Amino acid sequence: MSDKTLTRMDLSEAVFREVGLSRNESAQLVESVLQHMSDALVRGETVKISSFGTFAVRDKTARMGRNPKTGEEVPISPRRVLTFRPSHLMKDRVAAGNRG
Amino acid sequence: MIRSELIQKIAEENPHLFQRDVERIVNTIFEEIIEAMARGDRVELRGFGAFSVKRRDARTGRNPRTGESVAVEEKHVPFFKAGKLLRDRLNGS
Repeated sequence: MSDKTLTRMDLSEAVFREVGLSRNESAQLVESVLQHMSDALVRGETVKISSFGTFAVRDKTARMGRNPKTGEEVPISPRRVLTFRPSHLMKDRVAAGNRG
Repeated sequence: MIRSELIQKIAEENPHLFQRDVERIVNTIFEEIIEAMARGDRVELRGFGAFSVKRRDARTGRNPRTGESVAVEEKHVPFFKAGKLLRDRLNGS
């Protein structure tokens, strides 16, 4: 494992190399992609990217939680959480790449 | 929303780009994320979330049909954690 962290910059650099737009425009396109995906999720839509994976929003009901330090009961309000289910292709490639 | 709808939206916002270039752009982004994780790297997209690789230790599994024990090797699986901004937006703030 190389244990590096990639950021938006690395993704825009990849777009820049692949398509030959300016660095600035490549960065804006990466941003638009993330923005459209976020907006769809906030609207409650599922975002399904074939051969990548599926982002879905799930509703969690209210429940009683407990402060683990004090033991005190605290109500946890209903909320929406985001889940990601990787595609088989992603799972296979990640497993193969990190083997051994 | 599916991949083609995402491509369509980006294409509409960028009428100066060819549809096929928009496809390449969107595909490059997802491909780059998978390649990074296949190398064992993390991809951190502030506000959206972070993709990382988690190790699952070897374990003894069981064939649910026969009850037979099977050795499951150590493996690495993709993981995504939503960013704070997106989590907050999902909950209306």
